[in-house]
Amino acid sequence: MSQTKLDISIAGENALIVYFGTEPNAQIAAQVSQTAEHLRQSMGDLLIDLVPSYASLLVIYNPLQTDHYSVRAQIRSATQNLLQSSEQQQGNLVSLPSYYSLESGPDLQRLADNASLSVEQVIEIHQQTEYRVYAIGFAPGFAYLGEVDERIAAPRLATPRQKVPRGAVAIADRQTAVYPAQSPGGWNLIGLCPEPMFDPSASPSMPVQVGDRVRFSAIDREQYLALGGVL
Amino acid sequence: MAGFKVIQPGIFSLLQDAGRYGWHGIGLTTGGPMDRQAFRWANRLCGNNESGNHTNSTAIEVTVGGLVLEAKSHSSIAVTGAEIPLTINRQPAALWQTHQVKPGDRIELGYATQGSRGYLAVAGGFQAEAIFDSQATVPREALGGLHREGQPLKTGDNLPCPAPDQQLPLLRVPEKLRPANGSALLRVILGYQQHAFTEIQKQLFFSSEYKATDSSDRMGYRLSGAQISPSIGGILSEGICLGAIQVPADGQPIILLRDRQTIGGYPKLGSVLSLDLDRLAQLMPGDTMRFEPISIDQAHNALLLAEQKFTAAQLETVDV
Repeated sequence: MSQTKLDISIAGENALIVYFGTEPNAQIAAQVSQTAEHLRQSMGDLLIDLVPSYASLLVIYNPLQTDHYSVRAQIRSATQNLLQSSEQQQGNLVSLPSYYSLESGPDLQRLADNASLSVEQVIEIHQQTEYRVYAIGFAPGFAYLGEVDERIAAPRLATPRQKVPRGAVAIADRQTAVYPAQSPGGWNLIGLCPEPMFDPSASPSMPVQVGDRVRFSAIDREQYLALGGVL
Repeated sequence: MAGFKVIQPGIFSLLQDAGRYGWHGIGLTTGGPMDRQAFRWANRLCGNNESGNHTNSTAIEVTVGGLVLEAKSHSSIAVTGAEIPLTINRQPAALWQTHQVKPGDRIELGYATQGSRGYLAVAGGFQAEAIFDSQATVPREALGGLHREGQPLKTGDNLPCPAPDQQLPLLRVPEKLRPANGSALLRVILGYQQHAFTEIQKQLFFSSEYKATDSSDRMGYRLSGAQISPSIGGILSEGICLGAIQVPADGQPIILLRDRQTIGGYPKLGSVLSLDLDRLAQLMPGDTMRFEPISIDQAHNALLLAEQKFTAAQLETVDV
């Protein structure tokens, strides 16, 4: 890969963040995974954890046994021979049900108004796209899906909500996701999904993994409740 | 079975080990003690040797107070951290010191008069089945703790611990080694999107006093104070490390702590030094703090010195 695009920045006392680019795409996603795999093997006990994301990799190291100069060198070495190929697994196609309504999606009306669309059109557009799982994080089972049609893209809330319900189907910029558990959050809520996104006793613990493709399909209130959804 | 029974769980009491590491890839946070230094002292007073940097014996993190335990067997305990009155069989007992307990003893923590989090450790550590390699309780993720489902301690819980194979010496952490609680000066390593904040914005941040708000918990502390405005509103979501200072559009910083989300899209100015997060974790809503910038090399020096000091520290022997 072209090294000019690689940027390594300090994140904190024991963490460096590697930026592979500024826009998510399949090639960058492959480079992030390859680098993560390489560092996992080469750093051994010096590595505490890794957070791969769309176009970046957070590398958390043990600051009592190494320093940021040495970790930078390891990252450069890990990224030297990244494959050019953008070969990607096709991934599974996973269908997620969503109960879209003003009741289950408190930001739906505002999104529609801002886009000069009807609520029905916003719901329709959200289902038309086949999304890719770019990253998992924020919370257990929180899968970042992209890319949302730009007509219904919307910025995060200025002040995050204290409580977003489990199963909330949400949009932030051109990303969409299902909140796997109740948590604080700043995304725009447009519906509710009854399917558990994270179950620690199940194997695998999540219905999707990075690289999978996801489509949403609308269900009504009754179907949502019948599938175990809670209002 | 050796152990303790929870007579009263208090306001919010959690089993914590050093934290859950290696699972950020599926979105799991680390959990672990909010005041790591106090947690390590409590374990050390109970003879719990650390093996490696990120494993440690499981102790109870008590927020504000109110925990009452009954000992079911002979053991040694110690309480460190916030100023929380401790009594054993209604007799006052010192914090930062080992105590022997016997079956039937009632161990009672009052409510914090200074600081907010205390640590009760026991010889050998509390025993619970690990989930994703750790016993750390993360209520938000419904993971860890006694029943592996992230619940705080509740009345009637039986907390197993190993039967003691010998009587431990009674030790005390010298006064001069105990951290001072109160308003805090937090050291910051600039990083992440620091270039999205102008010099003026940074000056404003480092010259202002911020207050911990009611919305402060194990996930993060939301502050109120001078509003700082990054030149960008959001970024492509990326990994968040411990202590990261994130600034949403309302300009009020949030410091991300042990139960933080692993990924997020708000711009970040940098991260607070972990040693100082231990002080932050003792602040109550309304308490104030200030920030000062340090370099990454200064940060590493501070960490190595603190580790050296902890390792070399001589504990005092308590005369009975």
